[in-house]
Amino acid sequence: MTGIYLAGAILIIILIYVNRNNIINNVLLILFGLLQSIFTIYQCSNFRGTDLGYFTSDSLGLLFLITLTVVSLPALMHSYLYIKRSPESSRSSRSIYFAALVLLITSIGAAYLANHIAVVWIFTELTTLSASALIYHHRNKLALEGTWKYVFICAISITFVFIGILFLSLSLQGTGSNDLSYSNLMAKSDQLNPFWLRLAFLFIFTGFTAKLGLVPMYTAGVDAKDKAPAPAGALLSSALMNMGFIGIFRIYTVISHTPLHHWANIVIFVSAVLSIFVATVYMTKVVNIKRMFAYSSIEHMGLVMLGVAAGGIGYYAAILHLVLHALVKSSLFFQFNQLYNVFQSKSIAFVGNYFKYNPAGAIVLLFAFISATAMPPSGLFVSEFMIFRALFEGQYIFVLLLVLLLLTIIIWAFAKNIFQILFTPVEGFDDSNVPHISPWESLTQYALLFTAVWLGLNPPEIFVQLIRESVIMLQN
Amino acid sequence: MINVLLIVFIITLLYVSIANRIITYVRVLALQGFILFGVTFLQLQEINTLNLVLILLETIVFKAIAVPLFLDYLIKRNNITREAEPYIPNFLSLVITTIIIIATILLANSVKDDHLDKIFFIVALSTLFTGLYFIATRKKIITHVMGYLIIENGVFVLSLAVGNEMPMLVNLGVMLDIFASVLILGIFLNKIGDIFNNVDVDQLSNLKDY
Repeated sequence: MTGIYLAGAILIIILIYVNRNNIINNVLLILFGLLQSIFTIYQCSNFRGTDLGYFTSDSLGLLFLITLTVVSLPALMHSYLYIKRSPESSRSSRSIYFAALVLLITSIGAAYLANHIAVVWIFTELTTLSASALIYHHRNKLALEGTWKYVFICAISITFVFIGILFLSLSLQGTGSNDLSYSNLMAKSDQLNPFWLRLAFLFIFTGFTAKLGLVPMYTAGVDAKDKAPAPAGALLSSALMNMGFIGIFRIYTVISHTPLHHWANIVIFVSAVLSIFVATVYMTKVVNIKRMFAYSSIEHMGLVMLGVAAGGIGYYAAILHLVLHALVKSSLFFQFNQLYNVFQSKSIAFVGNYFKYNPAGAIVLLFAFISATAMPPSGLFVSEFMIFRALFEGQYIFVLLLVLLLLTIIIWAFAKNIFQILFTPVEGFDDSNVPHISPWESLTQYALLFTAVWLGLNPPEIFVQLIRESVIMLQN
Repeated sequence: MINVLLIVFIITLLYVSIANRIITYVRVLALQGFILFGVTFLQLQEINTLNLVLILLETIVFKAIAVPLFLDYLIKRNNITREAEPYIPNFLSLVITTIIIIATILLANSVKDDHLDKIFFIVALSTLFTGLYFIATRKKIITHVMGYLIIENGVFVLSLAVGNEMPMLVNLGVMLDIFASVLILGIFLNKIGDIFNNVDVDQLSNLKDY
């Protein structure tokens, strides 16, 4: 089935790319949506099965795949609306946009399920390619700058991951086996050469931070989410970040069975705390709404990695947090285009009193803000609370205090900007040309946000089971 | 013989660190391609012939001929001036590159592993850090690209060290090479030269938060 899925997706990508007809384009998008859903359902029924030798539907991969499908269907819909409305889009730029979007979704999904580090790496390359096409959608100077920075930093970071894989193969050489699949690495974890393994982890971690959005490589992702159209930005700041996490997490699982576990935790702690710090600094300064969302993602990824490094209940909380964050952040990005249609500006200074023009969308923003800052009844409150508990139980009191302080500043900055957007009228804004926005366009955002609350406060048994199983391989 | 070639490879790094003109960088990249051809030929004795031929073709056709010619074409097409314009003096660059190489040699000496030829490790790691150093200290975007290509050459050397046991990794390295070069150079050729008149990194600073 994975073979059929990949072949079908490639066929659809090619057809979208060559096709110039509107109706055929929509039919192809619906076909891909169906294919993606069927593939996800198939993987649920094929739990723990392996396809083509390299794709295993394990619990973590499956969980993220379902999240990806849930986020990508509205992303396709909002992309359709976006392209239909944007005045500058030509037919060729439309087909490039949709082909790149489908390629991005397919390669992220395949990377989730891959059970071999080299296969993950190949699909990471493909996400760089497709994301750069999405970022360059507007074909102007700023888009080019964003694309260039993204491509260059991602090229360096996939080179880093590749060096990490080479070191991993060196650390495997003493064991008499040269199979780089995760299951084999896990089985041989006690014989791996620690020196090479240490270098391998450093390089793989640094490389994947470009996708995950942590210090040191976070910069590229922020520019990318700013310049890419918002529906694509939603995928970049949810599903793609989860892919970066899976790249780090699978190798971290191997490390947790070796004496290097403690050292790896320290590396993650440093990177995570620095990320939250950087996010705090920029959140207080930021003037661009999309970049504000992007920095908020960096903060959340920092929290997730803190959970991983703290261990114990933190593992469970980290995975839960990632799933919920993907739902919340994508709904924020989906809402952005409606906001832009009203004010024709990304800058917080020129946006205000949104409640007057689009009440349904304004409630989404308010609710998504409550969710993203992890206030109750948000589902993220539950996962963030568990991360803090893990830090507390792990005796990391100083880290906890520092992070709480930084989070308070982030909430202050986020709230200041969101309330400006929602309530404060902008002086000199001419509202005679404001288009009417149908409340139905906010429906998917409501659905995503309510799912996040439901999964956080009253998770179904099977969901809990999947998360438990994803972290069961970790050594405490 | 492999050792001689790899030492020449390290010397090219020192040469680049004091080079003034961009064309020198291009020539060094071509030379590195030929050196890698030699190293591949001598090192990968145990893999099957077809695969070896493919890898050799990649080094000689892609690394040693196509990419340098293409860079040359880019420089002419975009009227890029001949100076490399480093931010810091050449002499200091030379000292720093030397320090990087010595540091990697010291690091390699602390490794106790019989499976690895240490010289591959030293060459790869010092090339990586020197490449990053070039990227950080040069002003033009095209010299950043060249710094990246130098890093890729270093990574290729490292993949050769394990190439006999895992030829798949060398193939992946080849893939990375072609993929990243085409992506990066493609953007460069089509867009940056057309839109930005004088391609310094200073011009790429409009996306910011203050």
